[in-house]
Amino acid sequence: MMLNGAEDEEKWLAEGIAGIQHNAFYMHRALDSNNLREALKYSAQMLSELRTSKLSPHKYYELYMRAFDELRMLEMFFKDESKHGVSVVDLYELVQHAGNILPRLYLLCTVGSVYIKSKEAPVKELLKDLVEMCRGVQHPIRGLFLRSYLAQISRDKLTNIGSDHEGDVDTVMDAVEFVLQNFSEMNKLWVRMQNQEPGRAREKRKKERSELQDLVGKNLHVLGQIERVDLDMYKETVLPRVLEQVVNCKDDLGQYYLMDCIIQVFPDEYHLQTLEALLGACPQLQPTVDIKTVLSRLMDRLSKYAASSTDVLHEFLQVEAFTKLSNTIEKVIEVQVDMPAVGAITLYVSLLTFTLRVHPDRLDYADQVLGACVKKLSNMPKLEDSLATKQVVALLRAPLEKYNDIVTALTLSNYPRVMDHLDNGTNKVMAMVIIESIMKNNTCISTADKVEVLFELIKGLIKDLDGAVDELDEEDFKDEQNSVAKLIHMLYNDEPEEMGKIICIVWKHTMAGGPKRLPFTVPSLVFSALRLVRRLQGQEGDIVGEVVPATPKKIFQLLSQIIEALSAVPSPELALRLYLHCAEAAHDCDLEHVAYEFFTQTFVLYEEEIANSKAQLTAIHLIIGALQRMTVFGVENRDTLTHKATGYSARLLKKPDQCRAVYTCSHLFWVDDEDGIRDGERVLLCLKRALRIANAAQQMANVARGSSGPITLFVEILNKYLYFFEKGNQQITAAAIQDLIELINTEMQGDSANPGSDPDVFLASTLRYIQFQKQKGGIMGGKFESIEL
Amino acid sequence: MVLVLALGDLHIPHRAADLPPKFKSMLVPGKIQHIICTGNLCIKEVQDYLKTLCPDLHITRGEYDEETRYPETKTLTIGQFKLGLCHGHQVIPWGDLDSLAMLQRQLDVDILVTGHTHQFTAYKHEGGVVINPGSATGAYSSITYDVNPSFVLMDIDGLRVVVYVYELIDGEVKVDKIDFKKTTTTTHSAH
Repeated sequence: MMLNGAEDEEKWLAEGIAGIQHNAFYMHRALDSNNLREALKYSAQMLSELRTSKLSPHKYYELYMRAFDELRMLEMFFKDESKHGVSVVDLYELVQHAGNILPRLYLLCTVGSVYIKSKEAPVKELLKDLVEMCRGVQHPIRGLFLRSYLAQISRDKLTNIGSDHEGDVDTVMDAVEFVLQNFSEMNKLWVRMQNQEPGRAREKRKKERSELQDLVGKNLHVLGQIERVDLDMYKETVLPRVLEQVVNCKDDLGQYYLMDCIIQVFPDEYHLQTLEALLGACPQLQPTVDIKTVLSRLMDRLSKYAASSTDVLHEFLQVEAFTKLSNTIEKVIEVQVDMPAVGAITLYVSLLTFTLRVHPDRLDYADQVLGACVKKLSNMPKLEDSLATKQVVALLRAPLEKYNDIVTALTLSNYPRVMDHLDNGTNKVMAMVIIESIMKNNTCISTADKVEVLFELIKGLIKDLDGAVDELDEEDFKDEQNSVAKLIHMLYNDEPEEMGKIICIVWKHTMAGGPKRLPFTVPSLVFSALRLVRRLQGQEGDIVGEVVPATPKKIFQLLSQIIEALSAVPSPELALRLYLHCAEAAHDCDLEHVAYEFFTQTFVLYEEEIANSKAQLTAIHLIIGALQRMTVFGVENRDTLTHKATGYSARLLKKPDQCRAVYTCSHLFWVDDEDGIRDGERVLLCLKRALRIANAAQQMANVARGSSGPITLFVEILNKYLYFFEKGNQQITAAAIQDLIELINTEMQGDSANPGSDPDVFLASTLRYIQFQKQKGGIMGGKFESIEL
Repeated sequence: MVLVLALGDLHIPHRAADLPPKFKSMLVPGKIQHIICTGNLCIKEVQDYLKTLCPDLHITRGEYDEETRYPETKTLTIGQFKLGLCHGHQVIPWGDLDSLAMLQRQLDVDILVTGHTHQFTAYKHEGGVVINPGSATGAYSSITYDVNPSFVLMDIDGLRVVVYVYELIDGEVKVDKIDFKKTTTTTHSAH
């Protein structure tokens, strides 16, 4: 049936409707005058309009509805015997005289409807009669609408069959039989519509068919609504017959629609109990059927059903729902050899989602699904298809989102294997997803085993994968590595022994990370390890572990190695800072030699690798600051180290830097503790040396720039004098301070600098301070008394 | 009423993954007028985050900061107060009040804010106030054992500043406050 154009169709439809209206008018007149003969004549003529072949299903429907409305009037007339005086039995005979088959059958059905309600004949016979007679119309569209009419007018009677006819099981069976047969015939007609020619004709026909699908599907709805159709009847009769029809029609459009219809129409508990049969049909369907969507929808419904109550859950286990679904999916994938990767993986995603929702505690099920996917992926070349990759990522995300706790996902043995099948880029993206999940949920990974598994999962981030040529943007690389650095702080256990094992694993992987990664990851490892050291400090004796007892010494050895690797990247400034931290930690553990060794490493780095003067100054500050606090060293060792430090200070390039470093060294010789060193002489030596450097700086500035140099240096030194004076350093006298003040005043006057400049302000606040101390009275006041301002 | 957030020594990502969630939920954009940060953020992502809390952000350089161009010291005037900012690893002995007082005299500020020790302190002396906001993440320190995460919020109002210190102790946020009044003379004041 080829149509020539939408315009023509409109014309024919209009003509058809006009025809119906025309005949309906006369029919009404006949009904009003109780003229049965005339009514039949005009109704038959009216129904002839439905004999057209020219309309598409959409338009035919419009025509059909007009006729349908008119037939209702006719039915009411038939019902009322008093109006026409003919018994329904005779009426049934009478309408068969209509000339053409289609009008004849419509009229027959209409009478039949009345006949059934009258209960004057066994329902079974009547229904059988009608459904078979409709066979006379083999034209797909006309036949479908006719049978749809039959279904429609019989519907009410059928669904109430239990109550009406005293619960006679046979009667229910008759009703079911009737619907099933009507359904079968309609499906055959529907399938026959499909044009096998390729190209536009085929597509057009497909579209027309989908417009008609609900006519066929309605039958299933009716079956679902017949009250007395219980689980047994569904299982024994309804489902097998429907599935038979579905499988045998070998039509992909039909199969997809009908499978979906079955799933939507019948209750979930029925599906659960007939799972084997329902799923058994799946591998038998045409390869072009989108079976994954069908199965997904089924699993989706079952998931919701499972959530409705705990008794239901028990049922799932009883019928072995998971196993059956799992097996069906395997079979489908096996049978449909041309199924693309994305199809198979989507099925696994659906199954996993189902498993996580219905059996969240059965991690073995979840792992099984992952395992099946791994097997499938192993038999395929590496994934290049981005859609398939997306599905794999969805598969991996599902357990993370469900459990909100990476630790659970880590127990799925197949999880890392699935990740292995991703291309390097996606693998890293997934690794970042995992890290994000941990950070967001503040998850703590607390055993060495789990840490090992975790690192296996994120291996794309922590080392260069085989064959990976990473053209990664620098910013992206930084973000990646900073994420890993943060992650290290989430690997933690209160128990020192377990924590020691964790540190070892992190150390192992960090070392293997390569020079680009060390500057990001080593600091995190070092500080995590130092935290552990501090905890061990508080404990008596060594913790004896199975293999490696976790002792501060052992940890310092590991740290020494990895910081050395870091310095070789090269990253000497960072390495220097970490060495100093280790030295301080070793000091806290009373390990003099270890601390000394770390200071040695620090100094070696300083001498050989720190060339930039700003970096040198910072390094000096850190060295002096740390060394100043050390009390663990014996006299000789201490002397060696302080000598080195003061030496470096005196050799800084810029004079002001030199001066400041040197006077800072004074603190190395004075510690405010009870047992602390208090070498007044050496303090003074430092300060005097600083003064000389400041003087030299002044002169140099005069010569080079014609202006004076940094007077502020003198004020700083003055403040240092005051500091030690107050602390009670006998070598620093009030006279010396007095002299210094005068020196500064002299320099200030000779300076072309304006009042209110920095040294000026600094001096003023210093003098204010002295004044304040004088006014304190007591010992302090006494000390300051002799200083005149 | 001007609110100034003082914090520092976060050491992200080297020693901590992030600010404690309880702090993060308290630090809401739009409520604070100035942020002063002692340093050791350490990465740009932290600077960006602080910028979202308040656009007037001042940072001094800590020895682990990725950005090496932050200044060693900074001074700014807020209302009647002059504030000074410095990380503090440059001031030796670390954490020593008298040495910090020297820096305060040098910068000529009423309030000096420094860090490095990861230990909250607030001292008043004749020259003004020295505040250490501690470590906002509770990061490891070789100087201080058992560091609790902390930060400081200053409410500057005329000649008065109220210093609120927020500390996370055993999972709970504890708040303490200290009042300081500025006097124009340098005679010893009742504290």
